[in-house]
Amino acid sequence: MAVTVKIPTQLRAVTSGEAEATAEGGTVREVLDSLYTEHADLRERISGEDGGLRRFVNIYLSGEDIRFLDGLDTPVPDGAELTILPAVAGG
Amino acid sequence: MPADALKCKECDTAYALEARYVCERCFGPLEVSYSAPRAGAAELKRRIQAGPLNLWRYADFLPVEHGAGGASSLHTGFTPLQRADRLAQRLGLNEVWVKNETANPTHSFKDRVVAVAIARALELGFETLACASTGNLANAVAAHAAVAGLPSYVFIPADLEQEKILATGAYGANVVAVDGNYDDVNRLCTELSGDRDGWAFVNINMRPYYAEGSKTLGYEIIEQLGWEPPDRIVGPIASGSLFTKVGRAFEEFVEAGLVSGAAPVFNGAQAAGCSPVAQAYAAGRDFCTPVRPDTIAKSLAIGNPADGPYAIDFARRSGGAIDAVSDDEIRAGVRLLAETTGIFAETAGGVTTATLAKLAARGDIDPDERVVLLITGDGLKTLDVVRGTFEVAQIAPTTDAFDAAVADDSIAA
Repeated sequence: MAVTVKIPTQLRAVTSGEAEATAEGGTVREVLDSLYTEHADLRERISGEDGGLRRFVNIYLSGEDIRFLDGLDTPVPDGAELTILPAVAGG
Repeated sequence: MPADALKCKECDTAYALEARYVCERCFGPLEVSYSAPRAGAAELKRRIQAGPLNLWRYADFLPVEHGAGGASSLHTGFTPLQRADRLAQRLGLNEVWVKNETANPTHSFKDRVVAVAIARALELGFETLACASTGNLANAVAAHAAVAGLPSYVFIPADLEQEKILATGAYGANVVAVDGNYDDVNRLCTELSGDRDGWAFVNINMRPYYAEGSKTLGYEIIEQLGWEPPDRIVGPIASGSLFTKVGRAFEEFVEAGLVSGAAPVFNGAQAAGCSPVAQAYAAGRDFCTPVRPDTIAKSLAIGNPADGPYAIDFARRSGGAIDAVSDDEIRAGVRLLAETTGIFAETAGGVTTATLAKLAARGDIDPDERVVLLITGDGLKTLDVVRGTFEVAQIAPTTDAFDAAVADDSIAA
């Protein structure tokens, strides 16, 4: 199933400058694994040693933080949009 | 202490002093790092004391090249540190001081962070200012942009208090109300900041500089107490940035030889309706699980606080704690502060005052400690909190009417 993944500017060095990537997978984890196959350097940027996401990486499924869903196991419907963004504090 | 780089707080990778906020290696947040002070303690102190009575007196400790603050000339900082004996007495303590940030130009501590972020943004050549805000920041960005003569775009949650929306639009800012909560606004602005050339989002791509502005609150407290740190500081936690940066101020002044002695204990304060940091602290975790905010303390309603882990670590290291108080306790806190100090705080001030009261009641504070309470914003911005909490007697303009109202207890005798 094809999913669009929006890549933040800080990661575009490892996606050859692409702002969007297309990936396959039925869950967030599968989509990311498919992305890592395409862009090998992406894994070490956003993935922690335990296989989870690094703590300052946020991923949104159609605007919803996946931590409010099922995290990396959140099902991703065909044609959905995932957004990767750095966590940033506010005010 | 000249700024020499931006450094990742997680992996220490260094970057030039540009408009960036995220480590490209590990996504950790970037922070300004400094080299050793160019002057000795006596010289640094003299320079501070000879400086203007605003936050730029600490320019040697701020990440700007031209210390005077550039075009942003709103007189920010050096707010009163007021001794609060009546408040102390009510709480069974001996020495409480209130750092009154309502005295800033737009009535909150956000003027400090914006002053520093804009000064640096101008040095870097930005021509448009923007922010994601829970309200106070919106006011500050709008006002400081007006002084600097730059257009501004402020993004706010659509359900924000009317006072904060009105006090932003008044300066001619472009106000964008976003359907969603603060975390939605923040996500949108994080996306926008990557695509908008020439836009300085003060709390996103300018964030490392912005955060440094909060240190000036800590410097002032030390200077105003006669160059002595207090024993304890009670401050609010939203993103966790203010809390950790006030702590950093003490460390820097110790490193520079300007003060000595024990560092203060830091107590963090959150609203129970949005307490991801307090919950993580209580559970002994070093990460925050995001929450959906539901509290009257909207200026603290950040459900996904990026500096939360650092705030937890810092509270623990200082020997303090992080507590949460209910909306009713917040209302009572606003009232307690107002009726004992004459300072009418917004809900965030109710959070810190209620937390101080809780710590005192729990016996966590030695009565002889010198305690500083941070009041970060003005009650005129969150008027709904006091609406309906008191009676207004309406009378005809005659002495008879007044006497009658006193006689039937509509007016206290």
